[in-house]
Amino acid sequence: MHGEPILEKLQKEWHGTLNAYLIGFFLSLFLTSLSFYLVINHSFEGSTLIYALIGLGVLQAIGQLIFFLHIGQEKKPHFGVIALAFTVLILLIVMIGSIWIMHDLNKRVMNMPKMNMETTK
Amino acid sequence: MHHTTSHENHALHDFREESFSNTIFGFWLYLMTDCLLFATLFCTFAVLHSQTANGPTSVQIFDLKLVFTETLILLLSSFTSGLALLASLKNKKSQMFLWLGLSFILGAMFVSIELFEFNSLIFEGASFQRSAFLSSYFTLVGTHGLHVSFGLLFLAVLIVQLIVCGITVETFRRLVLFNMFWHFLDLVWIFIFTFVYLMGVV
Repeated sequence: MHGEPILEKLQKEWHGTLNAYLIGFFLSLFLTSLSFYLVINHSFEGSTLIYALIGLGVLQAIGQLIFFLHIGQEKKPHFGVIALAFTVLILLIVMIGSIWIMHDLNKRVMNMPKMNMETTK
Repeated sequence: MHHTTSHENHALHDFREESFSNTIFGFWLYLMTDCLLFATLFCTFAVLHSQTANGPTSVQIFDLKLVFTETLILLLSSFTSGLALLASLKNKKSQMFLWLGLSFILGAMFVSIELFEFNSLIFEGASFQRSAFLSSYFTLVGTHGLHVSFGLLFLAVLIVQLIVCGITVETFRRLVLFNMFWHFLDLVWIFIFTFVYLMGVV
């Protein structure tokens, strides 16, 4: 079996530990339950609740990236992190950009009939 | 003579190790492009979620308790697949198969609950043809569900390979890739749970 020494080395170098998975699991469990509880109990009003939910979601995502996906724990040139950072950049441009444009467009188009009526008056 | 073979072995050793980390990085890049796919679907949903065409709204159709159960099941499945990877690091095969089997069962439960949910929505007249909101909802959640279903296929094939070949460099690599895929799907689900379901009910 000539694959064995490589396998042993790879297994030894792999960065997951039981503690990391346990922390990741209970953190996610806590944050998910908390956001569920907030919505069920109507703990906050309107936009406060929305911001709280976004915050909890992002926090859980970061937690899972660190404890489950082991981001940044690979060997030195952190290409995985660079790829992730670039993806997040593109993601923010695409998402914020399209939602902004569509929201703006929606507002303007919705106002059209009213404006027409005003001009015909 | 002996010197050259050991040198060749060493080169082969390096090559196989490098191809291991390259494959993992390549798979990570695939996951990043998948992020973009989901991002566009999230945008579509965000734009269309109020366009209900006088049909049912998100508050009326979402069953939060069922979705919360789904969330916990997927999270647990993600966790057990991580434990399977840990067991494989120590060559504890029976433990690894136990956790992988559990991940499969939990994943299958997740897909079943989702299909049940889709089925009851369609039965109630809230199908994907009803409104722009429902089209975007079914597309987003359905794409995730499809990913999970393919993940189950991946896992089933992987389990067979592990039974037949044991833990080798190749099967270990696939186990690592499967773990990345599974954790990634759980990550996407956090956002579906938060943005689609919880905010849909607020």
